[in-house]
Amino acid sequence: MTSSDRSKVARPPASERGAGSAPTGLDEDSMAWLRALRAEGRLYDEAVRRLHDLLLGASYREVLRRRGSLSHADVDELAAQCADDATVAVLGRLPSYRGASRFTTWAYKFAVLTTSVAVRSRAWRDREVPTDPMAWPIPEDLSFDLPEHEAEATELAKGVRVAIDTELTPHQREVLLAVAVHGVPIDVLAERLATTRGALYKTLHMARARLRRGLEDQGFTVPSRGRP
Amino acid sequence: MTLDDRGLNPTALLGMEGPDVGCDGCFELLDEYVEAEVAGAHAAAAFPGMAQHLVCCPACDEEAVSLAALHARPPSVRPPAG
Repeated sequence: MTSSDRSKVARPPASERGAGSAPTGLDEDSMAWLRALRAEGRLYDEAVRRLHDLLLGASYREVLRRRGSLSHADVDELAAQCADDATVAVLGRLPSYRGASRFTTWAYKFAVLTTSVAVRSRAWRDREVPTDPMAWPIPEDLSFDLPEHEAEATELAKGVRVAIDTELTPHQREVLLAVAVHGVPIDVLAERLATTRGALYKTLHMARARLRRGLEDQGFTVPSRGRP
Repeated sequence: MTLDDRGLNPTALLGMEGPDVGCDGCFELLDEYVEAEVAGAHAAAAFPGMAQHLVCCPACDEEAVSLAALHARPPSVRPPAG
């Protein structure tokens, strides 16, 4: 994104940038960011440039940290794209900034989100993610990690299989198995299913609750608090 | 018999009972939550459903860790002279 591009993307009317309704109790730096991003002319352009630099620094660090097999060129390209997207997101959401955290912390979360989603998407782009709800298998080794309790582990695996097969809708089964068992990142699955991460999490939450109830109905004692 | 004795990961498979803010709610509160955590405040009590969500959602948890790292060691860009 060039300096000229940033100005073009990011200059909604001042009234749409929350002008006139500054949150109270802000620290000095956050106040400076807010004033400048609600200003006009060169002050605004300079603020957007600095915001982009801030988010580029954050994005670059995040991409680098999770780079995996990405080349240096890929890291640079991805970080730049994420910084552009995060800048647009921050400017679009500026009126919703309530001053409950420092401005930079609030802004960083947009860089973190865009970068996380982009890196996970890149890591999974060549991997098949079935879109048939019944295509996700229940792994054969779901409970085979306690060889000294083989009989009980087998019984529990059977209970889990029964609960998954009888308590869950096809969509709940798909989301539970893909995300919680097969490790597909929730935003990657959301992208493949053309839905949102929030909607998929609700489905996952409901599927887990049904699974807990199904196991209890079979006589298993399900912990009320999970183990982190 | 309890699932905790079986070596499965009960949280990944079964989640947890109780409040959960979900991914959208988590994103909205993440900056406040991370600052509260870093400040040593009782963030889990102040933001019901956040800690539980982070345990149950690896993607959001990863992002919380990243935001905390950025908050602790921010890129050096000065605020505008507003």
